[in-house]
Amino acid sequence: MIIDQEISRKMDALREHLPTEQSLLLPLLHEMQAKAGWISVEVIKEAAAYLKLPPARVQEVVSFYTMYNRKPVGKKHVQVCTNVACFLRGADKLVEGLEKRLGIHCGQTTADGKYTLNEVECLAACGTAPVMQINDDYYENLSDGVLKDIMDKLDRELSHGPS
Amino acid sequence: MVQVEKLLTQHNDVEGSHTMDVYRSLGGYKALEKALAMTPESIVDEVKKSNLRGRGGAGFPTGMKWSFMPKAPTFPDGRPKPKYLVCNADEGEPGTFKDRLLMTKHPHMLIEGMIVAGHAIGASRGFIYIRGEFVFEVKRVEDAIVEARKMGLLGKKVSGTDWSFDLVVYRGAGAYICGEETALLNSLEGKRGEPRLKPPFPAMVGAFGMPTCVNNVETFCAIPTIINDGAAKYASVGTERSGGTRLFCVSGEIEKPGVYELPINVNLNDLIAHCGGVLGGKKLKAVIPGGASAPMLSAAETDVAMDFDSLAKAGTMAGSGGVIVISEDTCIVEVAARLLKFYEHESCGQCSQCREGSHWLARMFHRIEIGQGTEADLNAIAGICSNMAGQTICAFSDAVTGPALSSVRKFRHEFEEHVRLKRCPCKPEGHVPKHENHASAML
Repeated sequence: MIIDQEISRKMDALREHLPTEQSLLLPLLHEMQAKAGWISVEVIKEAAAYLKLPPARVQEVVSFYTMYNRKPVGKKHVQVCTNVACFLRGADKLVEGLEKRLGIHCGQTTADGKYTLNEVECLAACGTAPVMQINDDYYENLSDGVLKDIMDKLDRELSHGPS
Repeated sequence: MVQVEKLLTQHNDVEGSHTMDVYRSLGGYKALEKALAMTPESIVDEVKKSNLRGRGGAGFPTGMKWSFMPKAPTFPDGRPKPKYLVCNADEGEPGTFKDRLLMTKHPHMLIEGMIVAGHAIGASRGFIYIRGEFVFEVKRVEDAIVEARKMGLLGKKVSGTDWSFDLVVYRGAGAYICGEETALLNSLEGKRGEPRLKPPFPAMVGAFGMPTCVNNVETFCAIPTIINDGAAKYASVGTERSGGTRLFCVSGEIEKPGVYELPINVNLNDLIAHCGGVLGGKKLKAVIPGGASAPMLSAAETDVAMDFDSLAKAGTMAGSGGVIVISEDTCIVEVAARLLKFYEHESCGQCSQCREGSHWLARMFHRIEIGQGTEADLNAIAGICSNMAGQTICAFSDAVTGPALSSVRKFRHEFEEHVRLKRCPCKPEGHVPKHENHASAML
């Protein structure tokens, strides 16, 4: 079971502001993914039961939105924007560099489960392009050097815990 | 030189501008006090007189939109129907990043604008729909809502009046189309973000079936200054049909990218100069003046005012205020192919013209870019676009044709060169094109 007391409490607080049960679905899936890492069939069934919705209603929502991971992702989900503003500022080179460093292509996860790499569409931070998002955090004004520092720090964090 | 006029962002650099204390010390929530003493009709009139037009993209007159809300709607059995207010903070039009700034620096300005709007249309609830990637901004706005509740500005009996109004943040989950207002309403209801057929318009049947008014973050943020200083002052900036300042988001190959608040009718050449000119002193090739969906302007067409009407007259659109600058060294075919790949990925798939059209266009532009395109491809583009624009439930399909048609029409020689040389002339000979990556879409 993914839905624990804390998630239940958050949903109860939201119920006061949202007129229908179904409207809790997106926030519920966000919370469940934060805990489980991705949206498995079990998560879909549990969310459906919790909101008294047919599982197909949940499945069709999960498959519509890009932020719901339908496969497990690494501990760090690296998403590089390659839309036009970031492209004009050299995003493709960053992606190449990351693919080389991590030894994977976009859409893949490293064998040790530490990193998943993806291209992502516009993150609405074009003024500080190129940008990427790793888990919940934005990283902006990237260059090869800045990227290397960020990744070195994450490597250390993943091997020793946060510094 | 441009005339700098700041009505929304003059306190960007004040430390703690996002907190209640600092916002109030800078005159925040005075407009709310004033507005609560006004009748709803007089607020709507004031906003009409300000010539404020929606900053999300369509540029619809805000006061008129508010006036479409029914006065006292009822259910068939006579019970009063609630009315809802929605803030569109699903900022996703490539090249646009002003709402993020406003929510980060001035969440209380947004909240104040929404409470005033809520009073004007008689809403009982408001929803702020923020794109899911904005984790930090979600927290910022939520924290500000908590502060406002503590001060009695939200909740039961707003500021001691008889009117109750509360706000909640709703987090999206990654879908460009949810910036379309009816798609946003479906998403807010916990459904797939597929646009709805109109009519009925949201003012009649909106969120959860109730009369609903949807406005952009920047639109709401303009409300406090209009109420505080009067519509006349706001309308004195800009043009007769479009008042005030606008937050221009300047990105791409520009020396000083960023958000610039300037009179809405600033000249595009002046704006580019104000931002330090093209990156590295290069020559300008093209500008996308209003977010990815706006047709490109060639360097010869940039002597134009940036307001909605002037850009429409120039055959493009002011859209969301995202100005993307492209230099002479950049391959326009590659830029267009990049944009079309984005649209292919984001089409919601309801309408076949859009779903198939955006797919074909993305493939054709990619093919041309990597040197596998033909003259027949080039000639087919206009035909595909004519079967897309105006044929679908929402304006997404029309948006796809913006970059597709404008790039081919204005830079046809570049496309022809790709076809003739069977490679991208901007890449070194022997360059192996990167394979199209659709893996992200699969995850």
